Amino acid sequence: MLEHAWIIPALPIAAAALVGLLGRRINRFAGWITSAAIAGSLLLALRLMWDVLAHPGVKEITLPWLQTAGGLMIQMGMLIDPLSSVMLVIVTFVSLMVQVYSLGYMAEDEGIGRYFAFLSLFTFSMLGLVLSNNLIFLYMFWELVGLSSYLLIGFWYKKPEAANAAKKAFVVTRFGDMGFLIGILVVGYFLNTFNILALGDAVKAGKLAGGLATAVALLLFCGAMGKSGQFPLHIWLPDAMEGPTPVSALIHAATMVAAGVFMVARLFPLFAASETAMLTVSYIGGFTAIFAATIACVQDDIKRILAYSTLSQLGYMVMALGCGGYTAGMFHLTTHAAFKALLFLAAGSVIHAVHTNDIWKMGGLCRSMGITTAVMLIASLALAGVFPFAGFFSKDEVLVSTFLAGRMDLLFVGLLTALLTSFYIFRMFFVVFAGKPATDKHAHEASWVMTIPMLLLSILAAGLGAATAPFGHFLQASFGAPAMETEYHGRLIPALATLMAVLGFAWAYLVYLQKAVSASLLMRRFLPIYTLLKNKYYIDEMYQWAVQRIMFVVSRALAWFDRNIVDGAVNGVAWLCRLTGDGLSRLQQGRLQTYLIMFVAGVVIIIMVVLASNPTVLAWMK
Amino acid sequence: MSIPYLSIISATPLVAAIIIMLLPRERVTWPRWVALAGAAFSLILSITVVAAYKLAAGGYQFLETHSLLPSLGIQYALGADGMALAMVLLTGIIIFAGVLASWDVKERPQEFFALLLILVSGVFYVFAARDLFLFFLGYELAVLPMYLLIGIWGTGKREYAAMKLTLYLMLGSALMLVGILAMYFAGGAQSFHLDHLRHVQYSRGFQITFFPILFLGFGTLAGFWPFHTWSPDGHASAPTAVSMLHAGVLMKLGAFGIIRIGVEMLPIGAQVWVPYLALFTLVNIVYGSLVAMAQTDLKYVIAYSSVSHMGIVLLGICTLNPIALNGAVMQMFSHGIMTGLFFALVGMVYGRTHTRVIPDMGGLASRMPFLSMAFVVGGLVSLGLPGFSGFVAELLVFLGAFRVYPLLSAVAVTGILFTAIYVLRVVQKMFFGPDKPAFDHVGDANWVEKSCLAILMLVLLGVGIYPSWLVNLINSSIGPLTQMLEVVR
Repeated sequence: MLEHAWIIPALPIAAAALVGLLGRRINRFAGWITSAAIAGSLLLALRLMWDVLAHPGVKEITLPWLQTAGGLMIQMGMLIDPLSSVMLVIVTFVSLMVQVYSLGYMAEDEGIGRYFAFLSLFTFSMLGLVLSNNLIFLYMFWELVGLSSYLLIGFWYKKPEAANAAKKAFVVTRFGDMGFLIGILVVGYFLNTFNILALGDAVKAGKLAGGLATAVALLLFCGAMGKSGQFPLHIWLPDAMEGPTPVSALIHAATMVAAGVFMVARLFPLFAASETAMLTVSYIGGFTAIFAATIACVQDDIKRILAYSTLSQLGYMVMALGCGGYTAGMFHLTTHAAFKALLFLAAGSVIHAVHTNDIWKMGGLCRSMGITTAVMLIASLALAGVFPFAGFFSKDEVLVSTFLAGRMDLLFVGLLTALLTSFYIFRMFFVVFAGKPATDKHAHEASWVMTIPMLLLSILAAGLGAATAPFGHFLQASFGAPAMETEYHGRLIPALATLMAVLGFAWAYLVYLQKAVSASLLMRRFLPIYTLLKNKYYIDEMYQWAVQRIMFVVSRALAWFDRNIVDGAVNGVAWLCRLTGDGLSRLQQGRLQTYLIMFVAGVVIIIMVVLASNPTVLAWMK
Repeated sequence: MSIPYLSIISATPLVAAIIIMLLPRERVTWPRWVALAGAAFSLILSITVVAAYKLAAGGYQFLETHSLLPSLGIQYALGADGMALAMVLLTGIIIFAGVLASWDVKERPQEFFALLLILVSGVFYVFAARDLFLFFLGYELAVLPMYLLIGIWGTGKREYAAMKLTLYLMLGSALMLVGILAMYFAGGAQSFHLDHLRHVQYSRGFQITFFPILFLGFGTLAGFWPFHTWSPDGHASAPTAVSMLHAGVLMKLGAFGIIRIGVEMLPIGAQVWVPYLALFTLVNIVYGSLVAMAQTDLKYVIAYSSVSHMGIVLLGICTLNPIALNGAVMQMFSHGIMTGLFFALVGMVYGRTHTRVIPDMGGLASRMPFLSMAFVVGGLVSLGLPGFSGFVAELLVFLGAFRVYPLLSAVAVTGILFTAIYVLRVVQKMFFGPDKPAFDHVGDANWVEKSCLAILMLVLLGVGIYPSWLVNLINSSIGPLTQMLEVVR
């Protein structure tokens, strides 16, 4: 199976090309074709993981791609190890769930063929990224992931907000990618290879150390910050909800945002080579975790709440990786993929039923939408980290990794974030599903194509925790995985984390269900903080200011300079030529007398010059 | 006697032009068919020579030599190596697509197609010439029809633009001529043949004096900052096919000249000067993309984007590093096709909306899905998206340049961000957003236009996914060139 692993990404891209080329004629079947292709990929990915489980280790398959004088050699290849095999399964599984769900959700959209083609392109890009064995190919698929998200976020291109959000997502992540690319250039220059395995060996041989190691790691991390929405490059993710909701599920769970975390895991030796870089990574992650969680507490849009929740959870993963918690970060990525995809699909089901995103216009939906309510509850419990749901185990590992790294401040941040997480998700849950319906319109449960993927995901969101220990052992065999971290068997951290989840739940319960404390009173009491959070710390405004007041001003100034100074000089030369021509043409008046005078004067001047410059004449004159 | 492929490729457009002029005047659709046949013939032969080129042997192949003016040492000498073949292929593709893009020229089609083909013939001769005199002759043959094409079939301030462009190109050619004659006389005034001149040992002082003259002469044509301002005005006024040829091929001719004559003949001069010139190419890249961001006329955006992308070509050349030089020639090819695609699209969109002002457009994606898709593809190539040729080219340039000028290259990488910003802004403003009633009746591309765009897009994709075939071709020239540079150093 290993040598046929290329079929896994090939199936979705073939389906995308087929659907794209045949166009609207096959609109009705488009989703079935692409779903079938991805189902095939999922089966193959499972088979591949089975093989890797049977023979753990690292395998590489390469083909020459590009070679030039000067010793440049780029190979296209696949790196198959536990890490990539796990990611293949996650990506294909979530993609398949999203595709099947979309069959129902997008059924009435006229651009449905285009939609499924883009969706499959997205899956292809992510699968390619996961399999890449070298930095160049990693970067290539990385950019294709960015393109796919651009196309899908802007899928409803007639909506100006969607078009804007798509552009924003691409440009902001590109900003990070610029650092990533420079990092790749630096690596190529100093280590003379792009192969990920070879890079790991080079690091082991001590070829990358000190300031260089820090610079490389941080430059590469810029790319991860963009894709995985780490502060301050997080601003695109909440806006990305302008795309169709199933797309959000895909972006937030298995593809786009997972790319950054995966990249850090994949290039782990490069990061581990620098203590400073690891420290920076973990603090950026920790800050993002709590920063985004605070914003999520006050949002009104159901998808925005989930978007900030994703940012916060990504912060957890990055924090864990920065603390050396390789398996913790990846495990949280896995469980998060399940419950966050579920949260978005359930939210989509709600939006599909009530045609609004505003949680205050929903309410009481538990009566009419039983399945959706149930799966949303499971996903919320998983996100909040309640035992025995999946999120409990992975969040626990994340917190333990900060503890083992000795970063008590990050452990504290992590616990506080857990409290906020539990609060904001149950706030959403209670407002949407409990209480009285906000409108008279009767909501209906979605059709089976939409509910079955949700049910399947909810099984994982509930039960993945059982896989904690095997998952860790399996990933240890990956390339780049650090040796097994010291085991932690204490009860304190899980107990604290559970306490936090319960506190958050209680807080939400008291305020939004029991109404023991008035939400509006709280809001008025803490108005400045509320306003700050509501406006997302004004980060978007700061970017807006920088773009409008700095970049575009410079751009316009340069444009003026080019037209008036550079080109002005050109026109000035032309003008000078014409002026000289005009002036000289005055001499040609056609009057014979003038010509004669000038001729005689000229002759006299020439004679005088000749005489004056003649040494004998000079001597005679003296 | 083998078949004189290069002569046939170069002379076919000229012959077609003569046939077109002999056609009866009332048959207005005949000229385009003759032009298409001529362009197709040249294209097929270009593909043939690329396929027939023996990579293992390398060097100049398909040689032809006939004496032209023995007393002055002028020969009709043709020959092509990998780099020249890449450019010949580029020219063949662009003229074929260019004829398709001009399918509906109503005004004096006979003269239009004849002049267009004469121009292309000149370009082919430049790329295939082994004799500097022939090289120069081909160049002049390419420049003069340009004046008429813009002056007669252009739009806007076309007379000003035609005059400005021609004078600028003449300035460039004057500098070139100075350099060429100096090399000729320093070589004993025996021959203009490049093989002869290559073996002349030019003194260090000579090289240091004449390299910058040649660089500026050719650089003007390649849009080297600050001698680039002919390009926005020229492109804005030129008819579609002329913009395509001009940005697609003629600008490459400048870069080609710098490598073939500047670097190859005067390597010491090049080594002395390139670190300073590289700074200017950085201005090209970053400044070009920032200025493009502020433009509202679509053609100006693309013209400034060309300035920025040609900066990457020139940066690649200024490294004298084999990887970056490969990238530079790749970028010449890639940018040639991409900008051809862009200008063809601008012409097609303008033909429907009758405006080139970006804020006036909007919501076009639902009206013209194919054109929008093609424009997005062009934009993605422009911003260096993997999977398309532009990425490979830029990657190679950056990889090579980073070994020579690390800091400068790191700054140059910011160009890819600015490019993304202006490209996506333009795409958004033109194609996305709600439908505008003004464009209720515009339609999508017809089959002629679709085939024109499809050819260009397929080339961009083909090179992007599997670049080896083109890189190996280019590398067969760049390898020996950089070895020579090592020896000289």
